[in-house]
Amino acid sequence: MFARLVYESFRRQKRRKLLAGVAVTLGVAVTTAMIGVATDIGDKISRELRTVGANLVVTSSDQALDVKIGGVNLKPANDGGYLNEVDLPKIKTMFWRNNIVGFAPMLPVTVSVSPSGSAAGKSSAELVGTYFSRAVRSGAEDFVTGVRTTHPLWHVDGSWPADTSRDLLVGQTLARRVDKKPGDLLQFDGDEYRVAGILSTGGPDDERMYAPLALAQHLLGRPGALQSIEVSAITKPEDDFARRDPKTLKGAVYDRWYCSPYATSIAYQLQEVIPNSRAEQIRQVAQNEGTVLSRIQGLMLLIALAALVAAALAVSSAMATAILERRGEVGLMRALGAGSFSVGAMFLAEATLLALIGGSIGFAIGTGLAHQIGRRIFDQAIVVQPVLYPYVLGTAILVTFAGSALSIRKALRFDPVRVLRGDA
Amino acid sequence: MSLRPADTSPQETIALRRSRAQHRPSMFLRMLVRGVRVRRGRALTALLAVVVAAAVSTAMLNLYVDVEAKLSREFRNYGANVVVAAKDGQPLPPDALSVAQKAIAERGIAVPFAYAVAHTATGRPVVVAGVDLEGAKRLDRWWSVTAWPSKPNDALVGTRAAAALGLSGQPFDLVYNARTLHLQPAGTLRTGADEDSRVYLALPEFTAWTGVRPSSIEISHTGTSAETAALVQGLQEGLPKTQVQPIRQIVEAEARVLGKTRSSLYAATILIILTAMLCVLATLTGWIYDRRADFAIMKALGASEGLLRVLFAAEALSLGAVGALLGFAIGVGVAAWIGRVNFHAAVVPRFSVLPVVFTGSLAVALLSALFPMSLLRRVQPAMILRGE
Repeated sequence: MFARLVYESFRRQKRRKLLAGVAVTLGVAVTTAMIGVATDIGDKISRELRTVGANLVVTSSDQALDVKIGGVNLKPANDGGYLNEVDLPKIKTMFWRNNIVGFAPMLPVTVSVSPSGSAAGKSSAELVGTYFSRAVRSGAEDFVTGVRTTHPLWHVDGSWPADTSRDLLVGQTLARRVDKKPGDLLQFDGDEYRVAGILSTGGPDDERMYAPLALAQHLLGRPGALQSIEVSAITKPEDDFARRDPKTLKGAVYDRWYCSPYATSIAYQLQEVIPNSRAEQIRQVAQNEGTVLSRIQGLMLLIALAALVAAALAVSSAMATAILERRGEVGLMRALGAGSFSVGAMFLAEATLLALIGGSIGFAIGTGLAHQIGRRIFDQAIVVQPVLYPYVLGTAILVTFAGSALSIRKALRFDPVRVLRGDA
Repeated sequence: MSLRPADTSPQETIALRRSRAQHRPSMFLRMLVRGVRVRRGRALTALLAVVVAAAVSTAMLNLYVDVEAKLSREFRNYGANVVVAAKDGQPLPPDALSVAQKAIAERGIAVPFAYAVAHTATGRPVVVAGVDLEGAKRLDRWWSVTAWPSKPNDALVGTRAAAALGLSGQPFDLVYNARTLHLQPAGTLRTGADEDSRVYLALPEFTAWTGVRPSSIEISHTGTSAETAALVQGLQEGLPKTQVQPIRQIVEAEARVLGKTRSSLYAATILIILTAMLCVLATLTGWIYDRRADFAIMKALGASEGLLRVLFAAEALSLGAVGALLGFAIGVGVAAWIGRVNFHAAVVPRFSVLPVVFTGSLAVALLSALFPMSLLRRVQPAMILRGE
């Protein structure tokens, strides 16, 4: 009988269910989409912020002192320690390998260049050997990396040199100084090299030229050597826990520190996989990324909260309206001898059913909505974790209950006689 | 049919009515007020819905308008976004700093940097930088410094420089052009970049020792990307012998992140306002629909369709207006609270949002009043009154 009552109520009173049903569906959809956006925005913005450049740098643990002013290295080239190129693929074997967006080896060599072939006016310039966009094999996986990944904002006039060539990428300030355009030949160290492109970065890199790593190693006479590795990694904003010294941590606390993608713990792991190295976060990039990220994440979470409140209010007010409209029914049931309990149970059962149906449809719509928002704004889908489904549904049931309960109590308080006569 | 007592003339009745009309509000207003007062509970629920909707919308719109300024401020922690550099090894013109400071006015800071290569007592080269320490402290907030120099001859030593030169707290000597400077390390500096290999001094001391003038001015300018671009152009015109450049990686990343955050917020704002509107629609529709008996009685007493519509619409509109004003006040509070919690700075209330919220509330209220009206119009008053 109970089931039949609920079933018939759904079958016959479609209009009355409709408003509440739409409210539940829309409320759940908005909440789901907002939770999806709020939880995923950190990752998405983090990827945007990676365009600022590498946030970690690995150098040799030898205590070498750079003598650099404004990007020009004034130190004799052959002093200081080097890292090994063969160690590079090991970066993709560490614990947080999937958070490594890219890395680029760097090997600076000082060469003397002169404008347009004339021997006069020779000046020294820095040539940096690096990967532009090169496949690195680690295990069964091929991973393409280089400065094009770590420095996505570099603009190149002309074309990027191939990693297997002997072509150069010349910074725009240097190019102006030596008067070269893409396609020209540049002479130094008794040889000629083709300028593939002109690089503009708006930073000290405009003073340098970039070449494939092998060429720099050849010029320096040190095959397989590199001076530093710039690593671009997705990290979690730093907190007090991140700043703890891993040497003082024990057991589970150490594991938790090691398994959090803090810039400090990724640096620690880089140091572990690359022999004789010293990894540091570039504080300008890493620290500020943390603040910007936590601000945006916090903002979106607070807004998701506001969405939740608005949705809950919409659902419960729609439910309240739907039940108050049905005072007559309550009066009739009461007049026929139904107790408050069975009347309440029936309405709550209806509310649950409504929440389940509306919640499921709403969750599906919300997932689609989050997906669309991700595609539109970040060119990358936002995935709502299916784990959320039971929680969202539970909240939907709770909210519909809360919305119904008050109105049911109110409806039960009315005198059946007066309700049925239409006086209430 | 006349309800007029037999012993009063028609003229007297009209006079009586007029005098009453002067003391009492019109019938229309009375019905409006009574309609709300008699069913206080339902009216309050409807008002609450409007208030919440208006509050949430106000908060979202306020945040949406303000977020760019707030986040832009966070981005200034990245340090300089514009650099004025000397061309090819010449020093900057002496008036460069004052020109730059005048150009940015109160909206940022300009900090001069000077560099020289000095040698330690053992002959190892090290880069020494002269800087306005107070400015650097505000410009480069990511610098991790154990203690800033405060006394004359105090130096800030980069961690790498400290380790390589074997400086562990003791005073040390640096030589530049055969002039020796005796320095006391005040603290160490850690940035993970080139700064770690340098020794920083206060600019006046540095210039007195080496005679080298600043070669670059780093500027952190708060403003939209268009304003920063205008500053770059203005500075370049004011300082033709220098090279003024925006630091593109910072400027572009800022623009991208701001744009995407704004878009996300926009999407969220639309979704939330839609939900809030639905909330109002559901409640107000219920409220009006609930009063179909009033509707039927009035119709039975001869009220015209138009009059009823105006009455119900006026009720909904006054509810919308009161709700919008209350909601606006609460929403401004919510936005300010979010600003304080999240950005540690209050979100300034934007009164430009008020007309939008106000009109929006009125429109939604009107819509939710007219919808049940169209449902009721077809119904015979007698049916409603008989409870069918």
